[in-house]
Order: sequence, then structure tokens, then C-alpha cells
Amino acid sequence: MAVDQTIDRCRELIAEPLGVIAERWKESHPGGRVAACFPVWSPAELIHAGGMLPLGLLGGGATVELTHADARFQSFVCSISKSTLELGFQGLLKGVDGLVFSNICDVARNLSSIYKRNFPHFHVDYLHLPQNSTSAGVADYTAEELRRVARGFESAFGVKITEDSIGKSVELYNAIRARLRALYAFRIAEPQKLSTVELYLILRALTQADPEESLIRLDELLAELPGREGRPKDRIRVVIEGAFCEQPPLGLLEVLEEAGCYVVEDDLLLGWRWFTSDVPVNADPFRALGQSYVDRAVPSSTRHEGREHRSKGLIEKVRRSRADAVIFTPPKFCEPALFDYVPMKQGLEREAIPHLLVEFEEKMWTFERTRNEVETFVESMLFD
Amino acid sequence: MPAEVKERQYQGKVHQLSRELMNAWTSQLARANETGEPTGAIMISGNCVEILRAFDIHPIFPEVTALQNAIRHQSLPLILKAEQAGYSSDNCAYVKADIGLFLSGGMGPGTKMPYPTITLCNYVGCNVYVKWFEHLAEATGSQLFMLDIPFLRTPEPTAADIRYVVKQFEELIRILERISGKKFDIDKLREILGYAARAEEGYARSKELCKRSPAPFDCYFDAINMMGPINVLRGTREAADFFDEAVKEFEGMVAEGAGPLSEERFRMVVEGPPPYPYYRSFRNLFTRWGAVAVASTYSTVGGIWEFGFRHDPTRPLESIAEQMLTENLTNRSIVTRYGQIRRYVEEWRADALVIHSIKSCRLFSAGQGDMREYFTKELGVPTLLVESDLEDPRYYAEAQLRNRIDAFFEALEHKKLVAA
Ligand code: SF4
Ligand code: SF4
Repeated sequence: MAVDQTIDRCRELIAEPLGVIAERWKESHPGGRVAACFPVWSPAELIHAGGMLPLGLLGGGATVELTHADARFQSFVCSISKSTLELGFQGLLKGVDGLVFSNICDVARNLSSIYKRNFPHFHVDYLHLPQNSTSAGVADYTAEELRRVARGFESAFGVKITEDSIGKSVELYNAIRARLRALYAFRIAEPQKLSTVELYLILRALTQADPEESLIRLDELLAELPGREGRPKDRIRVVIEGAFCEQPPLGLLEVLEEAGCYVVEDDLLLGWRWFTSDVPVNADPFRALGQSYVDRAVPSSTRHEGREHRSKGLIEKVRRSRADAVIFTPPKFCEPALFDYVPMKQGLEREAIPHLLVEFEEKMWTFERTRNEVETFVESMLFD
Repeated sequence: MPAEVKERQYQGKVHQLSRELMNAWTSQLARANETGEPTGAIMISGNCVEILRAFDIHPIFPEVTALQNAIRHQSLPLILKAEQAGYSSDNCAYVKADIGLFLSGGMGPGTKMPYPTITLCNYVGCNVYVKWFEHLAEATGSQLFMLDIPFLRTPEPTAADIRYVVKQFEELIRILERISGKKFDIDKLREILGYAARAEEGYARSKELCKRSPAPFDCYFDAINMMGPINVLRGTREAADFFDEAVKEFEGMVAEGAGPLSEERFRMVVEGPPPYPYYRSFRNLFTRWGAVAVASTYSTVGGIWEFGFRHDPTRPLESIAEQMLTENLTNRSIVTRYGQIRRYVEEWRADALVIHSIKSCRLFSAGQGDMREYFTKELGVPTLLVESDLEDPRYYAEAQLRNRIDAFFEALEHKKLVAA
């Protein structure tokens, strides 16, 4: 499939309700089960190892009007939590059987139990991912936690999750992540040939599709992308940081590029490319995953890293991608992103790396103010 | 509206005693600042202050400093200072007031607060804690220990949860030995836990007495006088004695039929933290109606003792782990909290639930609309939801609050009359 066609297909796929995707998959997988994961990291490998389809549960964007959820969550709570709940009220998750949340923030935590109360037919699990990155007990604990989640799926759905099957799933997802790293490296090298909107569409489609199928598409893309046309433009190279949970509207990503930026690194859909190198496939895959959650982790606002300053990973990203600046894109009301903004900004200032703050909401639909701000920022850098 | 109810002239000792104990604690901190004795910053929720105490490390509670500054109307400049440094208006204002304090040179409420020797983040439920203490450790240059307490996501903690927590305690203890220059003494910890259990018993018995009508004290507004001793001073003989004194006082009041107001017209359960910058005026909005809190969730952030749990000196570390994992409000899901409130409504015979929704604290408030649905629609409990903040005075709209509260109690009064 040509690159443009694949990307169009991705665009169509992510416009579909999650439930429709789940039902379609079930038609070709009779008796199959589907589990959707709220950001950031979730054990897609475990779900897949049980013969189930793991999907991303990423809110309703601008398409879902809140009719019930805004009476449950107040005005000062982020949009993704409300629109995700709304998907349940509007029956848009019909076909999805399981939901996984984790301890990324207090809102996601409350959302998880409120989901369970309002929609008892879902198997809802809440994963406590470790925040102590140095304890000698952390890998064992995480392995046990993953075992618990696996047993939960087994008893809810009658599936079997064996060490063998997890090993195979880890291999599959290792392969997918390696392709994603290659795509990211490609964009760093030739951002004129793969826009951020396009990369995001690919990435997001991956969270809504069968992983075996995704791997084939990713290989095709990687083979075809270098031959694509694209003349370099006079733009600055930026890293965007902050939209790791609530999804930015496509319009926002478009505006960043149109206003004069090549986005060369980001933290979009981080959970689906969490591990910086392959998870080892060995005798105890639960432990390998648990250890990797701590030791092969991308720097993230939702995991405490006791071994280095929060800005270090970001500065490394800037250097690695030869970026000129950072644009912070925290969702409105998102505490992990807004808190991390401060030490990250201070770290950048120590290194004299310019930065700009652009808050967003998934339901945002006019971008003129953002365009002006980014244009001014870009001009100040180009003519400095 | 019938004739106004007034606050009764308070004659007991509990408030005064609590103030004295808390002042003595702040003076100790000020002394530690001068003598260089080790101090440890720690969070209130499901804390393990007993472990610090076993090494004579003075506990600092940034949340207490923040709330004291709010009560004294000193929080706004600190919040603004933090916002100038880049914190968002949407971040928890407790954190901003504390970081603002250090950005302004570390002055506590009237006393200079020491910089902590160790910043011990007991991550019990609240994710903001993680960020807060990361930033605090950086601002003060102190060592950070992240004590990761798995959230209670199954009815009981798993064996792996307990092992993980105890393992971290052991690692923490090695560090505290180094900081304090003292060897860990398990018998000393047992003694401290004995005092803790005695204080817990007293706090629980005091709350039990609020089942009586009239309740001898307001379990939201007056409970604050007990929250210092139970959360900050727990594990000391003084705190244990304080609660013996409190029980005596409240038993005396029950015998006399005395409560905090001239008349108890409504018994309410209150959910959510109070608006510290306007504590008194918020309280008055309920006093006018003769509404007394007979139970509250806020008074259980450090521990839920009224349902029976006590620290067990014979199983020191395991019992501290259990308390942190299960026996406090913050490490349990919001829906489990519905169950806690439901027990209050039923066993403490409340007429209504008042939800004070706090913009800063999403741990408490995100989803309280669902809580209201549950109580009004499924249980038929009259429920009022009002919004402000616990630290930031800019979110307190007195006129609006008064209108909502008046309308609610008017309707409740009407209902009572009709029922009679
Ligand atoms: S957007 Fe931020 S606050 Fe909202 S659920 Fe995600 S991480 Fe939590
Ligand atoms: S979010 Fe709530 S519990 Fe957490 S620090 Fe802020 S006020 Fe305290």
C-alpha cells in the first residue's frame, strides 16, 4: 500500500468508535475478547497473550458531546476523563469487554472505579505501577502485579495467559516498537517526508488495530517512506512534550507545523512505545516486563524516576533530535503535565534551550491564537 | 428561617490542649533548625510517622504548614510566588503554597521551618504527593525517598503489596540509621506503636460519641483540633494522653446533653477538605441552620480508626504497612468512599450529606458528581454539592455558597415539617 493510502486508512480507522472496531474484530475472531487501555502504559502484551485484542482507550476527542459525564466530573477536571466516561454512557464501547487503568494521576484513579460502578458489565482493572525506581523489591512486585492482572483476565473471560504465550506477544510488540523507533528516527532525519500529523495518525491507528496487521503495515511504510517526495522548508525543529494522556486535536498538530515547526520528537502515545530497547524474552516474562517497566522506560511524567532529574530525558531528546526548542503542550487541568512543566522548564533554561507553553483541550476547535503564538515564537527564533 | 442557632460558649480543654501540643511541635522544629537535629518531611495521608519517631527524627508536615498559612490568610502571596515560577493556576494550591514558602526563604507560619534532612514521600493514594516531594527535595536539596504504597485495588492488599512495602521500610530504615546516627531499635518502635494505638482508640471513641444526639463536637469543623494530634503527634505519650482527655470531655458533654451549638437541628456528614482560608465563615453558614457534622471523611485522611483498626506493636512493620495500604481514606477508591459515607449516614443517623468539592484536590473531588448521583438517586439521601478550595482564597464565593446552603437547608426543613 502506498504511504498516502495507508495514512488515509489510519485516519478513517481512528474516526471509528472503539466499539465498532471491537465488534468487527470479533466477527473474524469468534469468542474473542477485547480490552481497552487508558493511557499511559498498559500491559498490551498480557492482553494479546490471552488471545484478546488490546486497544487504546483515548477519550472522545471533539466528536462526543457530553450529556452525562459532565454531571459526574467537575469543570476543573481534564476533558479526556469526561469524554471517556461518556463513551460508556453513549454505548460507544459496546463490544469492548475489559478496561485497564493505572495510577497515572488522581483523576484516572477515580475514573476507574466510577466506570466500574456505572458499567458493571466491564471487567475493569486498576494497575498500580511502581513509583519507587530503586527498591530491590520493585521488579518482583511489578511481576506479581502483572500476574494478578493476568489472573483477572483469566477468571473474567476464561482465557489462558501462559508464560509461553506472553513470550510470543513480547516478541511481537518488541518488533512493533522497533519499527516505531525506526519511524521516529526517520522523522528526525527527514521531517519533510513524514509530518507529525501523519506519524501521529499511524501511531494512533496502531492502538486501534490488530497488532499482527499493524506490523505488516509498519514494514511497508518503512520501506516506502524514504522514496517519498518532500522538500525541506525553512522551519525550526521542536520537541513537543505534555500530551501523553489526553489526545491533542489533529488541528493543533497541524497548526504547529503550519506555523513553522518541524516536530522532531514528542511524547504522544508514549505507553505504546514505552520500552527504549527490546524486553528480554526469557523464562519469566512477567518479571522481564516488570523490570523493563522500570529500567527500559522512556522518561515520563507519570513515573517517578529517582535516578535522574526530570529535565534530563527531555534535554537528551532535544540533543538527540537536533531540536532548536521545546513546545510544552499540557492538556488543560492535567496535573502530572503541569507539575512537570516547572522542573523541565528550569532544566531547559539552564541549558539555554528556548521553550513555549501551549495548553490544549481535546475538544478545542479553533487554533488561531495558538497559531499566532507559535508564529511569533518561530519568528523570534529564525531571526534571532 | 427559624430563630438562628448560635455556637455554644465553648468550655472544654480540647481546643486549648491541641493548640499547646501543636505549638510545642513547631517550637521543636524551630529548635531543630538551630541545633541541626535531623528532620524528615512527610505527608499526612496514611503516614508512617512512627518510623521517623523511632530515630528521633523530627517530622515536618508541609500540608500542615500550608493549612496554617491559609488559616492565617497568608496563603495567597505564596501561591502567587509559585505561579510566577511557572506553576499553573490548575495545580493543587497546597503544593504551590509550600513551594512558594521555600521560594520566599522558608518561613513557616510565624516560625522558620527547617529544611528537611530527608524528604520522605509516603505516596499513599495522592499522585500529587509524588510531584510535590520531587519539587520539595529539589528546592531544599534534601535526600528524597519515594515510599511507594500500592493503591488498594483489591478488597484486601495482596501478599506482594505487603512484601513490597515492608522491603521498602527496611531500605528506609538503613537510610534513617545513617541520617540519625542511631541504630534501629524495634522495641522503641513497639513502644511508639503502643502510644499510637492508644491515641487511635481515643480518637475512635470520640467519634463514636458523635452517634449521640446532640453530638458532643462537630466532627468536621472541630475534628481539626484532633487531626493534629492524631496525624502529626501520633506515637507520642502526649498525643495518647490528649485523647484520654478528649474522651473524658466529650463523655461529660454527652452526659449533660451538650453539643457545639445551642441546638442541633440537622445532622450532616461532610465529605471533602474544608476551605481553610475561610474556615470560620464557612462554618457559620452551617451553624446558622443548626447543622452539625456528625461524621466526615476528611478526618480520616490519615487513618480510619472508627471502624476498628489499631496499630499492633507485636507486628510493628506489617501493621504500619497495613495501615498505609488499607486503613486510610486516600489509598482507597472513591467508590469505596461511598461505602464509608453510607455507613456514616446510617450508623451516625445523618439527615444529609454535604460534599465540599475542592478545586485543588482532584483526589477528593474528581467524580464527586457521581457520588451525588449515588446518594440522591440510589439511596435517597439529601445531598448538597458546593465548590471552593482548601488553600486558594480566590475560589471562595461566599454569596454563592450561602445561597446554595440556605436553599438546601430550607428544603430540608420543609421536608422535616411535612414529615412531622
Ligand atoms: S489528562 Fe492528565 S489529569 Fe487527565 S487523566 Fe490524563 S494524566 Fe490524568
Ligand atoms: S491533591 Fe489533595 S491530597 Fe493531594 S496534595 Fe493536594 S490537597 Fe493534598
